Amino acid sequence: MAKHEYSFYPGCSSQKGASSSNYLVSVKTMCEELDIGLTDIPDWNCCAASIGYSGGGELPRLALSARNIALSEQHNPGKDIVATCAACWLSTREAQERLEHDRQLLAECNEALAQAGLKLKNETPIKHMAEVLIQDVGYDKIKAKVKKPLEGIKIAGYVGCQTNRPFGIAGESFENPLYLDKLVDTLGADSIPGYEKKVQCCGGALAFSEPEKSQDMIKGIIEAAYDHGADMIVTPCPVCQMNVEIYQDQINLRHGTKFKMPVVYYSTLMSVAFGRSAKDAALDGQVIPAKKLEDIAGK
Amino acid sequence: MSELNTAMIERYRSNFLKEVEANVEEGEWVKMCMQCGVCSGSCPLGKFWDHPPQELFMMIRANKRDEVLSSESMWMCTSCYNCIVRCPRGLPITHIMHGLAHYAKRLGLAPQNQPTAKFSQMFWNNLVKKGRVNELKLGVSLYFINGFSEGVKTSLKMKDIGLNMLKAKRMNPMEILGGHGVKDVSGFHKMLEKAKELEDARIAKHGN
Repeated sequence: MAKHEYSFYPGCSSQKGASSSNYLVSVKTMCEELDIGLTDIPDWNCCAASIGYSGGGELPRLALSARNIALSEQHNPGKDIVATCAACWLSTREAQERLEHDRQLLAECNEALAQAGLKLKNETPIKHMAEVLIQDVGYDKIKAKVKKPLEGIKIAGYVGCQTNRPFGIAGESFENPLYLDKLVDTLGADSIPGYEKKVQCCGGALAFSEPEKSQDMIKGIIEAAYDHGADMIVTPCPVCQMNVEIYQDQINLRHGTKFKMPVVYYSTLMSVAFGRSAKDAALDGQVIPAKKLEDIAGK
Repeated sequence: MSELNTAMIERYRSNFLKEVEANVEEGEWVKMCMQCGVCSGSCPLGKFWDHPPQELFMMIRANKRDEVLSSESMWMCTSCYNCIVRCPRGLPITHIMHGLAHYAKRLGLAPQNQPTAKFSQMFWNNLVKKGRVNELKLGVSLYFINGFSEGVKTSLKMKDIGLNMLKAKRMNPMEILGGHGVKDVSGFHKMLEKAKELEDARIAKHGN
């Protein structure tokens, strides 16, 4: 049995053929190397991702997350829930807190859950994978696993919004969190602790509905990375990754820029540094190839 | 104008703050705002908002019911949570914005052509159907948000992005035929129906 065992909430975008399926591939590789065991929450559902509020009232949205927590408590008892997606983690933790503080909502939520044969105890800690890495595994163990240091690669750590606010990682500031930079350094690459856009919003779901407004913000995120001489951007969030990577051609067209900045997940960096193949690190999932990582993985 | 809206106007008369406190998610916090404006200055899309959060809070207290509920502003919330972590009084501003938007929609007062208001509803409908988001169907319905001819134009504009995602195996055309979902769809639907029923009943009672 793996040393660290968790009840895993993968989330919609990580599924096969979905926009962050590459994230899941690299997370699985990373977890194999770090002895982290993940048991999926059986039959988990979408969390509504802070955008379903038009049709979804407070109680139906809370019920979504409550169902996931209840399923986890029933099938993976005693295991902390871990999510890799910022929105999944945020919604689940928010629901847990709201239901802990409001007895009427909790009673109503359980009445709804009973329709699906479920009951919420609401006693399970809910973690982001970044917390697992930093608090449960630790930088030292991660460092000990590095077989191919990512030497000579300069990486801008883009934390984004929802991995950072309102909960964030214990001991880190909301305005200038440093854990992603520490992780980059741990893997042998060069971090950019002064990267001023590390917690800038990328537009989130509004990148779909209001693309021009969002792309103006994305432009700033990429521009600042270039200004610091970054070779690539790393992020812990599926929406950040997608928004910052896939619209670069459209931004170039509109603004006359020549962006071609790879945007990768921390789990991709770690898989490569741990000596795994390009495929295991999901480098084939890049829209903008991360050539410097491909070179190291191919050695 | 919806029946519920008429009932709420009758019920609360000239006390919109009370209406918000009773019916809007986290609305009971609104009176705590001290008008410092940090939220407005921290909002990434704040420059596009006719009424940034601080202003909406004052308008609620000033009984500007129609102006608040028909506003496009809160629909432009990106859920970045800057306002929440910076608010010196600890108001859950992001949630209040979502709550105001939802309440406006519930009363039939939400703006008809605000793109995120439409997208938010599409997202909800999409996830409710099978319990998990179908990204392909969501994308297609978004492109055709303003009808067929504009949809074709948008699809062409987005073609390269789609092809790139397809090449990276981060998009699957087969999703259009069904795609991912939960196994217990029936239990999932019953749960959501019950939750909606309980919430609707709670709010309708306030309208009586």
